[in-house]
Amino acid sequence: MSVQAITESPVMRAVLITIALVFLGFFLLLPLLAVFSEALREGAGPFLDALHTADALAAIRLTLLIAAISVPLNMVFGIAASWAITKFQFPGKALLITLIDLPFSVSPVVSGLIFVLLFGANGLFGAWLAEHDLKIIFAVPGIVLATVFITFPFVARELIPLMLEQGKDDEEAAISLGANGWQTFWHVTLPNIRWGLLYGVLLCNARAMGEFGAVSVVSGHIRGETNTMPLHVEILYNEYDFVGAFAVASLLALLALVTLVAKTVLEWRFGLHAGARH
Amino acid sequence: MIHLRGITKRFGDYAALHGIDLDVAPGEFIALLGPSGSGKTTLLRIIAGLEFQDSGTVLLGGEDVSSTPVADRHVGFVFQHYALFRHMTVADNVAFGLSVRRGKGRLPKAARRARAEELLRLVQLEGLGSRYPGQLSGGQRQRVALARALAIEPRLLLLDEPFGALDAKVRKDLRRWLRDLHKAMGLTSIFVTHDQEEALELADRVVVMNQGRIEQIGAPDAVYMNPETPFVSHFVGETNRLPAAGGEIHFRPHEITLSADGAEALLVDNVFRKGAVWRAEGLLEGSGQFVELDLPSSGDAPQLGQTIRFNPHRARMFTADGDQTQGETR
Repeated sequence: MSVQAITESPVMRAVLITIALVFLGFFLLLPLLAVFSEALREGAGPFLDALHTADALAAIRLTLLIAAISVPLNMVFGIAASWAITKFQFPGKALLITLIDLPFSVSPVVSGLIFVLLFGANGLFGAWLAEHDLKIIFAVPGIVLATVFITFPFVARELIPLMLEQGKDDEEAAISLGANGWQTFWHVTLPNIRWGLLYGVLLCNARAMGEFGAVSVVSGHIRGETNTMPLHVEILYNEYDFVGAFAVASLLALLALVTLVAKTVLEWRFGLHAGARH
Repeated sequence: MIHLRGITKRFGDYAALHGIDLDVAPGEFIALLGPSGSGKTTLLRIIAGLEFQDSGTVLLGGEDVSSTPVADRHVGFVFQHYALFRHMTVADNVAFGLSVRRGKGRLPKAARRARAEELLRLVQLEGLGSRYPGQLSGGQRQRVALARALAIEPRLLLLDEPFGALDAKVRKDLRRWLRDLHKAMGLTSIFVTHDQEEALELADRVVVMNQGRIEQIGAPDAVYMNPETPFVSHFVGETNRLPAAGGEIHFRPHEITLSADGAEALLVDNVFRKGAVWRAEGLLEGSGQFVELDLPSSGDAPQLGQTIRFNPHRARMFTADGDQTQGETR
């Protein structure tokens, strides 16, 4: 009786499922297929040629470099912030939690502009930087800064609820047994959060490689030097080089797919792990 | 062994402990008994060094450890929910305190392993060293937690609601087992509990706490038989309360004599078997006070609607300002 009360009729169910599938197909699957079909429209040869141009290779290299710098940084920052927030009481904690969300709530363009205002030629530190011949805006350091800013919340957002749920009994047990802070972190906390951490790092990496808005503001779009993959896609597209644009875009899309698969695998492991805990 | 003087602790606006003094002799088994919010766990954590008092001193074995962190106090702490490291085997859990030790006290790996084996034997979990905590029952996990705490050869064992997360049968077995272990090892131990039965069964002395204060310290029998405050009388064991001039009279359900010309008359409202006795509940004639009585179950069960006449043969009078006089009535 009560089961019936919360079960929709078969017709209703079919309609709802169809709507969901059509929606997903139209808004997610179709564009994804379009990217790959556009990229391969003239066959595999032109596709590979488009990826082999000096500018495309430079963009790929730069994107990998940016991710290789910003993801480890944010992994460390994220763990440190989550550790501080979940294991200790201190004044200003609520403010810190709010600040962590800032990059999510601010438009990426604004995030980029912040750095231009700080380090640009007419910015706060602009004159000083010029004097010492340091280049941040329209150079790699600026892109790294913007990417670190944009991707900061991913790891912390993932870890804070997890560490809150786990409490601090394990850490207290470890220190009561004589472990120091580093031993406690390395042997107790890190193993407890490893799957959540990996998940956060994956999301962080996907965004670091795919970020457009903030990076676009600070990069200066210098071909072969400060063009990341998303920026390169835009340039090629604006030049009507559709095969080239979609070829690079398909690489980015591929990255997204790999991330999704990895995420699913992790969630499966994660779920299994959580189940074994209780 | 332990001397606490004037321990106070506040959490924001909330005063958790107001000036606690407590002395524990070497080898004693002490229960901190109280309802939730009485400050018993906070006090235990302060003794451990997991929490720090706002004022007051903590002496362990004559040494002032008031501001010594837990890592340097050499106390074993057992958590209510075990806090076992779930990614480590049982043996690695037990040996953890030895593995993290640095400097000259560090044992070689084989010795650590042997020590873990020995402790697992002590807690009767021999052969389970290669399992993971997730593969053990609640009672087994708690014994692993105990073995882990004992591995560092603590000078003091602190247990926070050690049986709280276990079901009744396991709890009883583990309780008896812990009492035997304490007898065998003679390690000074303090455990926190809200279960008065547990406290009375295990402890050499019971410290009854309420609202951040110690209400009474005494042997289980003394605390049960001669409660010094209305709170203790009510919290430890079951108590009937009768209003009286200037205060209340407290007596236990079994502290009565049946008598045809008894001063009190209970109109029986509910009867059930409570172990070896009949428990009769109902309201007193006249005062309308709710009362529970234990009657020998060798006789017939009291009938609903029956009137039982009795006199409390042993009762305590508490005046409104908390003073107490012990009395034998009639």
